[in-house]
Amino acid sequence: MLESVLFTFGLGAVCGIILSFASKIFYVYEDPRIGKVENLLAGANCGGCGFAGCSAAAEAIVNGNAPPNACILIGPENVTQIAAIMGMEAGTAESLKSYNTCDGGNRATDRFIYSGLNSCRAVTSLYGGKRDCTIGCLGYGDCIRACAFDAIHMGPNGYPVIDKEKCVGCGACEAACPKTILEVRTVSERLLHLNSYDDALAPCAQTCPAEIDIPRYIDHIRKGEYEEAVLTIKERNPLLLACGRVCPHPCETYCRRGIEDEPVSINQLKRFVADYEMNSNCRIPIECAPETDKRVAIIGGGPAGLSCAYFLRRAGHHPEIFEAMPKLGGMLRYGIPEYRLPKKVLDWEIEGILNLGIESHTRVRLGVDFDFGSLIAAGFDAVFFSVGAWNDYNLGIPGEDLEGCFTGIDFLAKIGNAEPVQIGKRAAVIGGGNTAIDCCRTLLRKGAEKVYLVYRRTRKEMPANEVEIVASEHEGIEFVFLAAPNTVKGNEDNQVVGLEYLKMELGEPDASGRRRPVPVEGSETVLDVDMIITAIGQSPLLSFKGKGDRVDELKITRWNTFEIDPATGQTNVPYIFAAGDAATGPSLVVTAIGGGRKAARSMDQFLRGKPVVAQPNALLNHHIPGTIFESVDGIVQKKRTPMPELPVAQRVNNLKEVDLVISEADALYESSRCLKCCRLCYNADAGVMH
Amino acid sequence: MGYFELIIACIFVNNILLAQFLGNCPFMGTSKKMETAVGMAMAVIFVLVLAGTITWVIYTFILVKFGLIYLRTIAFIVVIASLVQFVEMFLKKSIPALYAGLGIFLPLITTNCAVMGVCVLNIDKEFTFMQSLTASFFYAVGFGLALILFAGIRERTLLARVPKPLQDTSIALITAGMISLAFFAFQGMV
Repeated sequence: MLESVLFTFGLGAVCGIILSFASKIFYVYEDPRIGKVENLLAGANCGGCGFAGCSAAAEAIVNGNAPPNACILIGPENVTQIAAIMGMEAGTAESLKSYNTCDGGNRATDRFIYSGLNSCRAVTSLYGGKRDCTIGCLGYGDCIRACAFDAIHMGPNGYPVIDKEKCVGCGACEAACPKTILEVRTVSERLLHLNSYDDALAPCAQTCPAEIDIPRYIDHIRKGEYEEAVLTIKERNPLLLACGRVCPHPCETYCRRGIEDEPVSINQLKRFVADYEMNSNCRIPIECAPETDKRVAIIGGGPAGLSCAYFLRRAGHHPEIFEAMPKLGGMLRYGIPEYRLPKKVLDWEIEGILNLGIESHTRVRLGVDFDFGSLIAAGFDAVFFSVGAWNDYNLGIPGEDLEGCFTGIDFLAKIGNAEPVQIGKRAAVIGGGNTAIDCCRTLLRKGAEKVYLVYRRTRKEMPANEVEIVASEHEGIEFVFLAAPNTVKGNEDNQVVGLEYLKMELGEPDASGRRRPVPVEGSETVLDVDMIITAIGQSPLLSFKGKGDRVDELKITRWNTFEIDPATGQTNVPYIFAAGDAATGPSLVVTAIGGGRKAARSMDQFLRGKPVVAQPNALLNHHIPGTIFESVDGIVQKKRTPMPELPVAQRVNNLKEVDLVISEADALYESSRCLKCCRLCYNADAGVMH
Repeated sequence: MGYFELIIACIFVNNILLAQFLGNCPFMGTSKKMETAVGMAMAVIFVLVLAGTITWVIYTFILVKFGLIYLRTIAFIVVIASLVQFVEMFLKKSIPALYAGLGIFLPLITTNCAVMGVCVLNIDKEFTFMQSLTASFFYAVGFGLALILFAGIRERTLLARVPKPLQDTSIALITAGMISLAFFAFQGMV
């Protein structure tokens, strides 16, 4: 009896003593903060933070491997306390939200009757699912069962709908979905994702330089969800009112309906929803990521600068725009005439972007009113150059400096700025691009009686948009093709009295594939005009260089544009980025917007201290091989909605907007013409599966 | 009994989970995911080898010597519990990588009856030290084998059509019974 008591007591004592010594000998210093942080965590060991249990999460937070708000279950109060323990500001990390990338389209029919377990995972193991559509949502709700927070419900159309308020971004649904349809992403991850070769992209969305998810917004219009459509566009393009009016819509060229029928009028639909938002006079709230306190200077408030500022702001940074002209908008304001893009509309759109919390300074020119060094001294973490291409090329012919001679952008900017310009009675515009057409149509509206467009090739080679050429033909502009200006003739008062040109004929094709015009000997002809506008192209104005700061190190291409990495928009100076015409040479508004977003993505990486790397597999406006078809079966012909426009008589003598917005009925009809390519499900009505 | 027979007996014939029905708690609890099952198997191998040998030493050199064999159970429980705690502290300090791998599973084994069972079996069968060491290791291997097999089957059952009342743990118990029956085919081999 005694020995057993003694033994038990002794064994307990020995074990206790060994363990207490062991705890001294094998003591591992543990940060006392770990315990404190752990007490503030939920204690559910749910793994939503991605660590094995709450103690592991607490350790990661203290070691700086996880943000204070890593725990998805605790409220802002606890996050603030944890942040206080860690001595840092709370809420620096952006919350994750689940997004359903498949909204079912029209539900695909069942391929066979299946009476097994009602789970997506089980059904997927049978030939990829029992529906005709092998890509999209199966609708058995594995994600709903996986969600521990009651944030996913089965919607009325048989696909899951996410309650963003309840979603904590734990990622359980993403793991549960066997078809990788649910994605858990932060807002900025979604905004700054570039189109990639792995995405399901319709040809139009592949082509759009701003990478707008075109089939998705058209689908929203079809369902009457105009606000959703606006938000879808604004995930890629903040200037939808402007683009809806001036975009030459390269997307429509690749529309699959266009292969067998007329393409869907994509841009008119964009304009319809954009105007819907403006006319309802109620701005749809835009979501921004939590503040990062990083400041970015945007040099140039044109489309690229506005786009970059908008995406940086939505990613949580603080852009400030510096604009040389009196108002923001760049070429949208000063290059595109009032009759194509009314200033009132542009003002409304820019106001919406600035309302997100973007500061702007106008009438300040880099290199004149402030210099680059002062920007860096003022604490800007990165600089974005979107200075545009404002330097008109000259013809290099005698008499170009006579009174009555203008250059294209200079002329349009003066008109846009409401400066007085002496308009001649008979005017000639040299060039075949959009700037030349804009000059012609503006001259006509400003009182010129006769306007010639002088172009050295033929109508077929004109780079201007076809619709613009047709509209100017209707307005009575006379085209002088195959004409190379030779001399500007002046009188004794240095006034222009005529333009002498040589007639040309088309020769062999040149590098651009267009037939090179060759002058015809002795064919000099004089055009009797008193005003000449040269609009033969532009390049960026780089007068801010040469002041002895880091800008001088920037590499410039032989076209006088910024040399950038085409996949990131970064220049050779790591904290300087560039996009828009300044980087690409004169190009489309929508290209500048896309470039601004691409640069914003790289700048976001840079500002968060990550290496600036191109997105792997980025499409960069190439086409995914095998997605551009030769023919499409089963298309029922449906006529394209014509563009409503003001009759010629009502428009040539004023600056009223020419192109009008389509009616709601037309928009609904036009959206029904979309084949919903790559919308993941089957559209039985269109009779086409993609 | 030769070592070869001992090994076969420990892994298959007298499989600790499927023939002796010890350690059913982690068998059900950690077999839902293959990853967890593998971690658990490794931790059990580690702890069993230590516990099996140390309890043998304590039994032979202390309990037998002082005629306290009737205190075997209580002594083993205290020794195993302390041992696991000690090992956990030791690993945390000395081999942090192993601690990170086994960390979550070690405390679970403190109360694992398979460990206790193997220690008692070693004594009952009057094994020598080397035999206890071998037996402890291969009982643990048998535990790991059964656990990993079972985890594989449970991952598959998720896809199967299971009637509602039998889903999850109940079907797991039925499956465990059937695997156990299959393992009974090894009976009489050794």
